Amino acid sequence: MPEIRVTPLGAGQDVGRSCILVSIAGKNVMLDCGMHMGFSDDRRFPDFSYITRSGRLTDFLDCVIISHFHLDHCGALPYFSEMVGYDGPIYMTQPTQAICPILLEDYRKIAVDKKGEANFFTSQMIKDCMKKVVAVHLHQTVQVDDELEIKAYYAGHVLGAAMFQIKVGSESVVYTGDYNMTPDRHLGAAWIDKCRPNLLITESTYATTIRDSKRCRERDFLKKVHETVERGGKVLIPVFALGRAQELCILLETFWERMDLKAPIYFSTGLTEKANHYYKLFIPWTNQKIRKTFVQRNMFEFKHIKAFDRAFADSPGPMVIMPGYCVQGTVGHKILSGQRKLEMEGRQVLEVKMQVEYMSFSAHADAKGIMQLVGQAEPENVLLVHGEAKKMEFLKQKIEQEFRVSCYMPANGETVTLPTSPSIPVGISLGLLKREMAQGLLPDAKKPRLLHGTLIMKDSNFRLVSSEQALKELGLAEHQLRFTCRVHLHDTRKEQEMAMRVYSHLKSVLKDHCVQHLPDGSVTVESILVQAAAHSEDPGTKVLLVSWTYQDEELGSYLTSLLKKGLPQAS
Amino acid sequence: MKLYCLSGHPTLPCNVLKFKSTTIMLDCGLDMTSTLNFLPLPLVQSPRLSSLPGWSLKDGNAFLDKELKECSGHVFVDSVPEFCLPETELIDLSTVDVILISNYHCMMALPYITEHTGFTGTVYATEPTVQIGRLLMEELVNFIERVPKAQSASLWKNKDIQRLLPSPLKDAVEVSTWRRCYTMQEVNSALSKIQLVGYSQKIELFGAVQVTPLSSGYALGSSNWIIQSHYEKVSYVSGSSLLTTHPQPMDQASLKNSDVLILTGLTQIPTANPDGMVGEFCSNLALTVRNGGNVLVPCYPSGVIYDLLECLYQYIDSAGLSSIPFYFISPVANSSLEFSQIFAEWLCHNKQTKVYLPEPPFPHAELIQTNKLKHYPSIHGDFSNDFRQPCVVFTGHPSLRFGDVVHFMELWGKSSLNTVIFTEPDFSYLEALAPYQPLAMKCIYCPIDTRLNFIQVSKLLKEVQPLHVVCPEQYTQPPPAQSHRMDLMVDCQPPAMSYRRAEVLALPFKRRYEKIEIMPELADSLVPMEIKPGISLATVSAVLRTKDNKHVLQPPPRPTQPTGGKKRKRASDDIPDCKVLKPLLSGSIPVDQFVQTLEKHGFSDIKVEDTAKGHIVLLQEAETLIQIEEDSTHIICDDDEVLRVRLRDLVLKFLQKF
Repeated sequence: MPEIRVTPLGAGQDVGRSCILVSIAGKNVMLDCGMHMGFSDDRRFPDFSYITRSGRLTDFLDCVIISHFHLDHCGALPYFSEMVGYDGPIYMTQPTQAICPILLEDYRKIAVDKKGEANFFTSQMIKDCMKKVVAVHLHQTVQVDDELEIKAYYAGHVLGAAMFQIKVGSESVVYTGDYNMTPDRHLGAAWIDKCRPNLLITESTYATTIRDSKRCRERDFLKKVHETVERGGKVLIPVFALGRAQELCILLETFWERMDLKAPIYFSTGLTEKANHYYKLFIPWTNQKIRKTFVQRNMFEFKHIKAFDRAFADSPGPMVIMPGYCVQGTVGHKILSGQRKLEMEGRQVLEVKMQVEYMSFSAHADAKGIMQLVGQAEPENVLLVHGEAKKMEFLKQKIEQEFRVSCYMPANGETVTLPTSPSIPVGISLGLLKREMAQGLLPDAKKPRLLHGTLIMKDSNFRLVSSEQALKELGLAEHQLRFTCRVHLHDTRKEQEMAMRVYSHLKSVLKDHCVQHLPDGSVTVESILVQAAAHSEDPGTKVLLVSWTYQDEELGSYLTSLLKKGLPQAS
Repeated sequence: MKLYCLSGHPTLPCNVLKFKSTTIMLDCGLDMTSTLNFLPLPLVQSPRLSSLPGWSLKDGNAFLDKELKECSGHVFVDSVPEFCLPETELIDLSTVDVILISNYHCMMALPYITEHTGFTGTVYATEPTVQIGRLLMEELVNFIERVPKAQSASLWKNKDIQRLLPSPLKDAVEVSTWRRCYTMQEVNSALSKIQLVGYSQKIELFGAVQVTPLSSGYALGSSNWIIQSHYEKVSYVSGSSLLTTHPQPMDQASLKNSDVLILTGLTQIPTANPDGMVGEFCSNLALTVRNGGNVLVPCYPSGVIYDLLECLYQYIDSAGLSSIPFYFISPVANSSLEFSQIFAEWLCHNKQTKVYLPEPPFPHAELIQTNKLKHYPSIHGDFSNDFRQPCVVFTGHPSLRFGDVVHFMELWGKSSLNTVIFTEPDFSYLEALAPYQPLAMKCIYCPIDTRLNFIQVSKLLKEVQPLHVVCPEQYTQPPPAQSHRMDLMVDCQPPAMSYRRAEVLALPFKRRYEKIEIMPELADSLVPMEIKPGISLATVSAVLRTKDNKHVLQPPPRPTQPTGGKKRKRASDDIPDCKVLKPLLSGSIPVDQFVQTLEKHGFSDIKVEDTAKGHIVLLQEAETLIQIEEDSTHIICDDDEVLRVRLRDLVLKFLQKF
């Protein structure tokens, strides 16, 4: 029995370290290769020894697909390909391919230079890893090999984020990566066609949340920023993810322009600044509005927003600063998690007097969005990853109720097996098909018409042809099997009169059949011949000869038994 | 399968393919060479052009003098310029399901088709094709609308009058189909019908046909198309290039195994080498500028100009031209330069890698930054303040009939210091120059056409091996001007089928098979038997379901059990459906074994008689007779159904079912 098997190595009932193994029709695909923010030991990377303990990964995986450039989806890639060892193709979209190495390099620097980790991947490894990448365009069907094909769909979320369809023959799986079903200020909404996959693997970060309108959240955000700046305060906006920084920049930039504000806005140098250059070059991946207006004004060229310099930190007056990461253990992270007293270097204790507000601008689909995507793709099964177990449970029930499909939520290392029953494509001769379709103009639900033919199987070439053609092709002669039944009836009338009565009887019973009275006195029903003859010995008995071929077996047999019952008296 | 040929222009094709149940238009090119018969539209009042004498017949009859003007020894139509449309009468264009666009030059007739023929289908094109196509249309509309001309001449088009006109007007074809330019509103409406596609995207049409665009290497987003079903494949090759310029290289491998390959859009200058032409372009440009003259380059706002700017970028400093201003004047100049930088995914490998740095893929960004290249929407406004000579001006339209180029021709034509360099191959440069004669300025002809030449075509055809090639008739004979050059034509076996405007071709292939899916439950119930080594057969009786042009075979329904006599059966319920056929039989019956079998099953009193063709087996007791011949068996018996069925099944044991 063919089956699809899915095993999360990461992101199973968890957020972070996304890495999902899929086996479909004998092909093995690894979806994403992320790192976990919450760990700095072995657990930060997926456990690739699950795939193989001894052999090379290349022998076990047909391809690797990376959905987008966030580190929880690609952070383990150089470790996986260069340190564990994988030489097969790695597929990602072009913006992902452009930005991913920069984030990896940044990650490496923090790990090695700041935290002093040894045995981490090197810059050269990142470069070597990226050489194995094959760029995928949206909606392009990429033939990984003769049977396995993949196709990318737009996912919103961040620049270059994609959902992937993995297909072998008539079996398919869709993996969403992270996606957003509502367009924001710089990206469009995720979209997929009604591709009816056997399985949809979807993220479920906001499995239970239904967010209020984005407009309200933006208004709140701008109001708070504005109020603080107005009273001379400083605003610090920690933006964790690349992409969200650009989104907030556009939001602030347009607000500053509209309100004619003068307070400076800074973003942390390095990452965000460099990323802006990429955003300018990948305009086709942004939303409709930016694409339309980029000639007049490239939205990623900011007037009010400048790169931050440490020297500005103590400048008096209002300002807005958007630092980059708030990794665990940093001051930023402690403040965000609500600590009011901070122990600084040199045992100095600082009291946090600033107001701390938390606002979600995350570009993930909420519960409504996830349901919407399931509705769009119409999968036979759904599998949840990239979320918390409790929340998944709720969404799982909701999906099962609303769509009447099975929904799974395996933990890391747990395998879900789905039996599939793929249909078998064969070639039908056009003659046979057309003959059948011409007859099939009046479909009758109660008595479905049967198509009869012969399937010729030669190597892997399957052809369905008419039986006549099959005989001809194989050089075989047809063997005709014919039956002739003698039906004895007591009747003194002449044979011609008999035939006439047989004709009118059959005509009245067999209304849907072609009943004919031929000039030679015989009667035909379709291709069945009925003749009346005198009995050689008994002049009071007539013999009806009913003759048919094996192909007309049922009708022939029926006619004999019908005639055996005798003819109705002439009225 | 038929091909309706609506355009006679080999590089601006418009064909309609009928394939299975779909009607597919392949490109809709607009033949703009018709505008060469019209007077130029000057941007600034031109005393010369406005005081031309009217043309009169030999007998002095001057009734056409309002419409036709004599200029430099030629006769021109004094009217809003008009374009030659594809044939609209050959096939009802409202039946077209989809239009496939191969590149931005081949979509210029789109608004005429989508807005005025009842077309209700979808147009498919890549994003760069649509964006740059929009720019080309916008420029065209702008060029024509900003010089309003009251007069629209039509008298001269009358067949009886056209006969009397001098060449080339006399010989102009299809003048009745010539139309004025469309409006921006029509352009927008036409473009809104386009659906964007990516290379190697498989697009299903009604479940019957799949179409796929492939990179053709000629321009940003340019594509060839595969139109296929499961058993047939048509390749449409239109405007392809094997040279390494800025676009992604041509995808040749996917064209393999085509039943039919439709070949259009080859180079218009088969004897010129594009690289050599670029070199000549640069040296002539440098020479003129060094001598204090100006250089005029009539061009389209996108395409080869990107390559020319890139060459100049490398050449300027070494040639000592750093101080010479380069102007690019077009209503869409800015857009074209900006758009070129955001389509990294559609560019050649070298340019793609630039965006990883991240840097703009084309070096003209740097030319603009360093103020060496300046762009303006028109000669009016800022340009007149910044204008310095000597300079190099890139501007349209290459026909020299409208656009800012008309102004520069008038301005610079009188000085032999200046040079006009023709790089676009679409218009004969001599005809383009006709209304400006006599000219003192130098004219250099450096046509750069990167599309396939005949050597590349024959290599391509050898590589992809289509069963049949179809192409415009122009490609099946040497060009008229070089009739001895037998190498300048498509050479393939079997010879290419050729078409001309308004012709309908029946394409030479017969469909034999169609894909059908066998449901797994049915597949499980099939019993294959090996007939010959490696060949197995299975008889299939199944229910055929057809939906959206997809065919599926399902297992036959189980016979319904009689419901226990609750309902009175009607007589007709028992009548079997004569359309349910039993399988065919094959094989032969060895008499001896058959008789043995009969005996084993309790028949006695068996007599066998030999006949001319076989045997007769008599079951005397049952008054039954079985005639057995090589390929037939006939059972003749009384109406004893039980007996008959027993005999039938015994006979069937010796036969194979099909």
